[in-house]
Amino acid sequence: MTAMNMIEALNSAHDVMMARDDNVVVMGEDVGFFGGVFRVTAGLQDKYGRSRVFDAPISENGIIGVAIGMATYGLRPVAEIQFADYIYPGFDQVVSEAARIRYRTAGEWYVPLTIRSPYGGGIFGGQTHSQSPEALFAHVAGITTVIPSNPYDAKGLLISAIESDDPVVFFEPKRIYNGPFDGFFDRPVTPWSKDPRAEVPEGYYTVPIGKAAIAREGQALTVLAYGTMVHVAIATAEANGIDAEVIDLRTIVPVDIETIEQSVRKTGRCVVVHEATRTAGFGAELSALVQERCFYHLEAPVQRAAGWDTPYPHSLEWAYFPGPIRLGTAFKKALED
Amino acid sequence: MADKIERRNRPALSLHVPEPDARPGDEPDFSRIQIPAAGSVPRPDVTAQPAETHPLCFTMVRVLDDEANAVGPWDPRLDPDTLRRMLRDMMMVRAFDDRMYRAQRQGKTSFYMKSTGEEAVAVGAAHALDREDMCFPTYRQPGLLVVRDYPLVDMMCQIYSNRGDKLQGRQLPIMYSDRAHGFFTISGNLATQLPQAVGWAMASAIKGDSRIAATWVGEGSSAEGDFHSAMTFSGVYRAPVILNLVNNQWAISSFAGIAGGELTTFAARAVGYGIAGLRVDGNDPLAVYAATLWAADRARSNLGPTLIEHFTYRKEGHSTSDDPAAYRPQGAGEKWPLGDPIQRLKRHLINLGEWSDEQHESLQTQLSTEVRAAQREAEKQGVLVASTIDFPHDVRTMFEDVYAEMPWHLKEQQAQMAAELETKRK
Repeated sequence: MTAMNMIEALNSAHDVMMARDDNVVVMGEDVGFFGGVFRVTAGLQDKYGRSRVFDAPISENGIIGVAIGMATYGLRPVAEIQFADYIYPGFDQVVSEAARIRYRTAGEWYVPLTIRSPYGGGIFGGQTHSQSPEALFAHVAGITTVIPSNPYDAKGLLISAIESDDPVVFFEPKRIYNGPFDGFFDRPVTPWSKDPRAEVPEGYYTVPIGKAAIAREGQALTVLAYGTMVHVAIATAEANGIDAEVIDLRTIVPVDIETIEQSVRKTGRCVVVHEATRTAGFGAELSALVQERCFYHLEAPVQRAAGWDTPYPHSLEWAYFPGPIRLGTAFKKALED
Repeated sequence: MADKIERRNRPALSLHVPEPDARPGDEPDFSRIQIPAAGSVPRPDVTAQPAETHPLCFTMVRVLDDEANAVGPWDPRLDPDTLRRMLRDMMMVRAFDDRMYRAQRQGKTSFYMKSTGEEAVAVGAAHALDREDMCFPTYRQPGLLVVRDYPLVDMMCQIYSNRGDKLQGRQLPIMYSDRAHGFFTISGNLATQLPQAVGWAMASAIKGDSRIAATWVGEGSSAEGDFHSAMTFSGVYRAPVILNLVNNQWAISSFAGIAGGELTTFAARAVGYGIAGLRVDGNDPLAVYAATLWAADRARSNLGPTLIEHFTYRKEGHSTSDDPAAYRPQGAGEKWPLGDPIQRLKRHLINLGEWSDEQHESLQTQLSTEVRAAQREAEKQGVLVASTIDFPHDVRTMFEDVYAEMPWHLKEQQAQMAAELETKRK
């Protein structure tokens, strides 16, 4: 075990898989010699050579299209999209191609492709380096969407994603690359090294796709969260003395419905949170699922706490970000009736 | 902006929207098309620098002259058996098209697309490629499957979406897929296959394989970003791929000018990307063969991609869903100055003393019989019937292959659908 931050854990996942499987190749903008703008692929080109780790032209459409072709050849490409906000030029290749090739060929071809991308705000990235587009991918049949919230899960889930025979969109909450962020932006940053979830095995292990984790046990209220918001939800519960159970979904599609149902049946109250814009966000799906399946256990309406339905504003970041006040309000509302 | 914008003393701007030379009611007009004499274009060495090929992007590689004799440095000097087989394959594509077009008109399937007039593009290329090379086609290259002896019955079962359709009725007719025949699943989205072909070729190079990839795109969809991504990536990584751009002059009702065809040739795009480029008489199967072989040899020698523009004409409608009489002069295809690929190769073989009208007639009859027999066989497994819930495939298969393993929400929906059908059947 070594203490690793998210970046080191993700780097280690690449390293482990590239050593285990010659078919794993890494491609993306600046991922080669430089090791990526967030350093996730640092040292890999040196270790595995230029034909397995290389820089790509600034063309997300090309990166994803080319990676699909590589996957149909038999490779297991890991494509980095530098920021989730940049993924849209490749969206057609994800939706109409990666997601559909197994289906339209009745399994003759499939696409073992991992698309990694840093997402979310909290780093003063402005409109084009802060978005959370996970709901767009959750809506696409055939895509698995994974979002880790800590170094241990990040490594184990990325290894599972690379080993998956289906296309996986793997969103990395960039605000917590270097340390867990509880949403109190005015407090000092804590590094991962002080956190037990940063104890990461150096070798191979997996965290299963489609399985949520209970990040904090509680009796009063269920909070459904993923990524950075897991930490904000826990901090909000603690700051308000609320005995909330925080579920870290880890995979949003396929979502771990059993864990959600068990928790909501126990607490009778539910808040769904995400950083993405509220309307038609993944929280809407979660809220509908809870309502459909746990209605008679619910003591109060399901609440949503999310980003506002606006673009991510640069200077107003902390007014946009769904921090402890917005979450606290939602928690209290869910506890009212 | 209520007030008129004050204009400086400058001329008013106007928008240019390209228009074809002739519309319905006009005489077909191909006078603007420049056709160099067959044999007039030099053949650079396969190892030439890309720049050496760039003048070829503005002319046209042609082998068969107006008398159907093979001339010039691009003559591939094929033996008569190969020539006869190419002729047979093109004729088979046409016979198949005619039969399946009719089946669609008889209501046996929802949709069909013919390759009429463009048969040489796929057939010529497939003969020049190795059987193991991987093809990423559009819907107008069924010739690849015909050359590679894919069973006609399997093609027809796909068209009928019937019990014999190995794609389980999931794809629109003619969107074939067959891994064993090196024929990648066709996408209705257009041009997405180009970066995929480049990626496949790059993977082949990464693994030290010797197989190359070839892909096709229409001139219309070459305006997609995917085309330009493919050009960039293939050039940058010197991918062993052949990028075929089939300029058949029409994208449904939009003429090539709407895709940029008025500005320069499509082959000329190779110049800007610094890759090898060729422009070929697409109705000349020998020119298509020779250009493909040149590009394949080049790719196999690690010298990277070639863009080949195949200059041809879409003789019929885009598909069974449009009527070309609504947007271009009737009979335009008959006046296409590059003629018909089947007639040209037929004449060439006759010139060589290797073929005759009688043989041609008899082959025509034989192919037609073969296609009819295949059709009878395919129809034993059903045809597409629209208004029924007696589906050709187990409806539960609808939920398979979305993921490698069916997740809970699809299992639930599968059960829900089964119940829904039970209700309907009662």
